[in-house]
Amino acid sequence: MTIRVQDPGLETTVQDTGRLGYYSIGFPPSGALDSFAYHVGNALVGNEPGAAALEAVYLGPTLEFTVDTVVAVTGADIPAFVDGEEIPTWESVAVSSGSVLSFGQLRAGARPYVAVAGGIDVPLYYGSRSTYTLVGIGGFQGRALRAGDELALGSDARDVKAGRRLESGDVPVHPSTAEVHLLVGLHSYRLTDDSLARFTDTEWKVTPDANRVGYRFRGAELEFVPREQPFGAGSDPANVTDCGYPVGSVQVPGGVEPIVLLQDAVTGGGYATLGTVVSVDRDRLAQTKTGDRTRFVPVDLDGALEVRRDRLGALDRIRSALA
Amino acid sequence: MGNHTITSRTPGVFYHRPSPDADPYVTEGSSVAEGDTVGLVEVMKTFHEVKADAAGTVARFLVENEDEVTIGQDLVELET
Repeated sequence: MTIRVQDPGLETTVQDTGRLGYYSIGFPPSGALDSFAYHVGNALVGNEPGAAALEAVYLGPTLEFTVDTVVAVTGADIPAFVDGEEIPTWESVAVSSGSVLSFGQLRAGARPYVAVAGGIDVPLYYGSRSTYTLVGIGGFQGRALRAGDELALGSDARDVKAGRRLESGDVPVHPSTAEVHLLVGLHSYRLTDDSLARFTDTEWKVTPDANRVGYRFRGAELEFVPREQPFGAGSDPANVTDCGYPVGSVQVPGGVEPIVLLQDAVTGGGYATLGTVVSVDRDRLAQTKTGDRTRFVPVDLDGALEVRRDRLGALDRIRSALA
Repeated sequence: MGNHTITSRTPGVFYHRPSPDADPYVTEGSSVAEGDTVGLVEVMKTFHEVKADAAGTVARFLVENEDEVTIGQDLVELET
């Protein structure tokens, strides 16, 4: 055993790139919500790209290492300490057997990530080590970590080295108003023109109901175009006949409190999808916290693809530079 | 004699009581030991106990029951 959990923090889970390929049978992908922070963490310590890491939220865990290893803390802006001494984040750091990694009070963002040389060794479940807590599968015993848990380290190390650092210009900033790009559709026609404009004009406030399943927002009320509901759609004007929900899709039950579905969400249902947050911008959403604000910036398909190309290109450049 | 302020470690909704029908954890004038629970913050559908990080007497609450709070927000003032 190589990591002992002294304090689990809040909903700290093992995550990797996710459990892809089972969406059609109702399995959401899970995986790190902030994909950039997760991938950069592995690149910093020198792991294979898909090594499993720890994702925490708001409160970091307190972890005791029982082996000499290398770690990197990425993601949220939060002070991290080894044996009480503050360590740099977005940089790989050597820790000795007996050392304790702990965290201070979050300054900005929401989710810190801890990458450890070799990755976290938990059994693969349907090809992934990601935790899907709602049904209790994957990760460490299918659940968030608890005090006393002991985690083994895996064999996903490639070229482990302390002192690798992300260039400061590449470190994401976490503004208290996040902007995420929204590809409008599939059922945006169900909103009145005024309401669709209001949706993209409003600075939406993140409510306390914001987790790996989805983020719920408050800030305005939206109206649907009156119609006679089609067969199977139910009576709420926010309903359509059931369909698949893209990861990142936005629905507005009852016209109030829009919800963005994230990596642990239900895969389909009967709420109208106003649009879908561009996949790489889920990283930004994952770093917003209750009380922060979010604006949805509409883009067309070409614009969405460009945002994705730019962001993934930057990640490739960073990984090459760190290799 | 001095003052100490207990702050919130997470964002969420603050509650004075463990459940709607229960008595409040503490009221003004209650004496608390370090580590005593003085309230709850609910976030992501989980409840997080707010612990006193000093001993003292509750001087006043700085937030109302069911107020939304942010990280680092002052919650309870203690006379120490």
